[in-house]
Amino acid sequence: MSNKIRIATTSLAGCFGCHMSFLDIDERLTKFAEIVEFDRSPLTDIEHCGECDIGLIEGGVCNSENVHVLREFRRKCKILVAVGACAINGGVPALRNFIPLEECLGESYLDGIGVENPQIPGDVELPLLLDKVRPVHEIVKIDYFMPGCPPSGDVFWKVLTDLLEGREPSLPYDLIHYD
Amino acid sequence: MTKSFTLDGRIIPFEDGETIIEAAAAAGVYIPHLCHHPDYTPHGSCKLCSVKVNGRICSACTFPAEEDQEIVSESGEINADRKRITQMLFVEGNHLCPGCEKSGNCQLQAVAYHLNMVDNHFPHFFAKRELDASHPDVLIDHNRCIFCELCVRASREKDGKNVFDIGGRGINKRLIVNAPTGLLKDSDLEVTDEAAHICPTGAILIKRTGYLIPIGQRQFDQQPIDKVSLTTGQGGHEQ
Amino acid sequence: MEEIITKISQRYDHDPVNLLQILRIIQAEYHHIPDAAIEQLAKLLSIPRTHILAVAEFYSFLHLAPRGRYELLVSDSITDRMLGKQDVMAYLAQQLKVPIGGTRDDGAVSLDNTSCTGLCDQGPAGLINGLPLTRLNKSRIDVIVDLINQDKPLAEWPRELFAVADNIRKPGLLLNNGIPLGEALKSAFVRGLPETLEEINRSGLRGRGGAGYATGWKWHLCYEGPEEEAYCDIETQRQLQRYVICNADEGEPGTFKDRVLLNSYAHQVFEGMTVCAAITGATQGFLYLRGEYLFLYDKLQTILAGRRQAGLLGSHILGQDFNFDIEIHLGAGAYICGEESALIESLEGKPGIPRNRPPYPVTRGYLGKPTVVNNVETFFAATAIAVNGGEWFAKIGTEKSKGTKILSISGDCARPGIYEYPFGTAIQTILDDCGASDVLGVQVGGPSGAFISDQEFGRKLAFEDMATGGSFMIFNNSRNILDIVRNFSHFFAHESCGFCTPCRVGTSLLKNQLDKIIEGHGSAGDVAALEEICQLVKKYSHCGLGQTAANPVLSTLERYPEIYQSKLKKISYEPGFDLDGALESARRMAKRSDKAAHLAQIDEHHD
Repeated sequence: MSNKIRIATTSLAGCFGCHMSFLDIDERLTKFAEIVEFDRSPLTDIEHCGECDIGLIEGGVCNSENVHVLREFRRKCKILVAVGACAINGGVPALRNFIPLEECLGESYLDGIGVENPQIPGDVELPLLLDKVRPVHEIVKIDYFMPGCPPSGDVFWKVLTDLLEGREPSLPYDLIHYD
Repeated sequence: MTKSFTLDGRIIPFEDGETIIEAAAAAGVYIPHLCHHPDYTPHGSCKLCSVKVNGRICSACTFPAEEDQEIVSESGEINADRKRITQMLFVEGNHLCPGCEKSGNCQLQAVAYHLNMVDNHFPHFFAKRELDASHPDVLIDHNRCIFCELCVRASREKDGKNVFDIGGRGINKRLIVNAPTGLLKDSDLEVTDEAAHICPTGAILIKRTGYLIPIGQRQFDQQPIDKVSLTTGQGGHEQ
Repeated sequence: MEEIITKISQRYDHDPVNLLQILRIIQAEYHHIPDAAIEQLAKLLSIPRTHILAVAEFYSFLHLAPRGRYELLVSDSITDRMLGKQDVMAYLAQQLKVPIGGTRDDGAVSLDNTSCTGLCDQGPAGLINGLPLTRLNKSRIDVIVDLINQDKPLAEWPRELFAVADNIRKPGLLLNNGIPLGEALKSAFVRGLPETLEEINRSGLRGRGGAGYATGWKWHLCYEGPEEEAYCDIETQRQLQRYVICNADEGEPGTFKDRVLLNSYAHQVFEGMTVCAAITGATQGFLYLRGEYLFLYDKLQTILAGRRQAGLLGSHILGQDFNFDIEIHLGAGAYICGEESALIESLEGKPGIPRNRPPYPVTRGYLGKPTVVNNVETFFAATAIAVNGGEWFAKIGTEKSKGTKILSISGDCARPGIYEYPFGTAIQTILDDCGASDVLGVQVGGPSGAFISDQEFGRKLAFEDMATGGSFMIFNNSRNILDIVRNFSHFFAHESCGFCTPCRVGTSLLKNQLDKIIEGHGSAGDVAALEEICQLVKKYSHCGLGQTAANPVLSTLERYPEIYQSKLKKISYEPGFDLDGALESARRMAKRSDKAAHLAQIDEHHD
């Protein structure tokens, strides 16, 4: 085991846009790689989290699997950061919160245009949908937030360098955006 | 001799009949606000302009300026509480900025930026609210209404029409439209009405204008709300 | 219908200030406010239909969707609950075959909860088409259900179902010395009006609604009027319209003394208003009677008519150059209207939303004119002071709280009812008198007041110690403090007018956060989060409702922190909603019942 800072990341009900934005820290990535090692993340294909220093959560919580993953992150990460609008308030996926789940599933699998062999998938391997998409702070305790859709590379850089250098993360005015 | 009060240690002159926020704005000092607009009767409902006057919390937009008041506005405590009040507005309605065409021109969002708000803090209500897209030129998205009543006041005081009012009570309040059907298309509202343009959030929008200016180049992308407010004399203006 | 609406509107001069009164009658007639009535009224009163909608949606007793021909409401106040309200409600729903909050399919009856009906000394209580039903129990309910199912008009129901007792248990200085008709007015004119105001000042009388503003000074300010009028000569100033309003919107849960004063001492209350009018120069008075006290309306009108006949109201009262009359306006189920500026808005036919102050009602009140708003008990006491003089009153009580206070005592005691005490009386004395034992604590001043524990019964009834508008609710050791706090917090969230952000959103957040803790979903940070919400609501709300809405939580959190802590789980966080329940729809549609189709409320892996 190296003594590098371990970071895990995941995308729950999100679009991976925040992860893409993370890569926008560009050449600073190489600097980053010297002190950081990635644990569970779409960037590594590690399936389950080991003990980590920082967990980054993109996306809100829309199904049972999201709940399990989020809880694993909370268990394994000393610091948990909600990344992006969807993690913070449900974001665009939460637009379905105002339509009953029955109607959402019905439209997709039963009576929507172009549906063949209408049936609601019932395989036990599939995660079930929650009736509402929830921000992550309503399921587990969250330590810090990175607003934005997505947060810019500079936001990632600022919050992570603050954390790595032992400072309380804070964002200057021009880095706070919700869009 | 001009009369004056002290605001965060600064001496602010005022004239009789002025409110604290008016005198402060005239002296170039911004006090956060959403329901206040200098052209309309003070409302005092959003409570973002709360300040401590001689130790007591008052709304700067309704409270009269008086000689020798000691006023605190920009303290850590008051700004932290203003942020919480803003977060209340964010969880009460459904404010999903990435999908809102007002983003960047929205005073609710801009005040939140100003207060360094990075999350919504409270559990969301996820209240089911309606959308009224019936009018050819103007749209109401009730998800974003914060009950500042600026549209109610603008329609009544400037347009002379009474197109809007607030119905319901408590957390069940709602913006109502003066039409037998309750729909905007059957009301007297015209796209040229002040009431169609006054909304500080994305609740009342002019159709087909939302993306004329790209995100990133809008009013509050360029300048924070305290600067905009002092140069335009209000929270912001429609672009 | 058109003809009926026109008639009703005509009776009220097609004047929009009477809108609430008009809508009350329409509701009584049609059991809702029909669309067509709104359209027609908008034209008759020349107001926007949205204004009518706003009023109809604001008041709990007005409805846009049809209610039953028998509209049955049951008081959900904590003291009614302690007397078995939940069983009563369940039995009613079962026997009437109507869901709580719903209307029976045949349109005959609807059933719902309502805030305190002011019958706490004879609950569980309710209202049927606005009239009070007391001491509800199974046998009474059986009778009521039969009458409803026979469609028998209320006028033919047995009177005893509606009987309301005064329950005056301990009369004192004021209740023992009722003032004969006209006596105070005669005294005031003989002594002189300025001299009578001086007696009111000397008495030290302070507002009995709870806030305790000096009554004489309030009257003086109203007489003075707004600053800009002060430059006028006396004759011009005299012509300035002024109003006297008696606040009988006794909505604080646990208070019912005004009900008794208006039932048995109404003359003395009206006389106090008239004395005030003579002193301030008002020519018009209003009694704003809470909708729950509809049963007093006819009786009070008769008393007013009698006073007119006796030359005590109307023109040239007692042969003096003094004209004054009193109108009765009814509320329609809104606690907020007890706040004086909300009450004035309501009197003007609008939703009861508190105004920004300053200006205060004494300078800009009803229709923008100088207005005195005082509590029923304040006018009642003023009448006695006008006869007996200030010293008679001031020699009783404490330094800062003169005279006596009338209490409404309810809850766990042998003799609930009305008690009058000199200010300065110890809480323990009161508990002994009403037969309370094994007492856990007392809620003094209603939900907006404070909960005191058995360690504090040496405290005194006084503005400077335990202030109260009259509510005094006793809880014995079989009661659960969190049940009480929860009832109060739900009450405030329901009654918030919604004008300002901290109260509109905050009281609902507070309610939900408290529910989360009480239902056992709270963890370490949840009590701190609750307290944070409480402080925001208390500090930043627009009016007294919001500023006191957190008192039930704050005053019990201070005294019994361990009760809240004991509800918390030893984990870092738990969702505030039912996680497994949130999967129910998906589970049902996917026809799943396997283990993976469920979620535990808390992380089972946690250590």
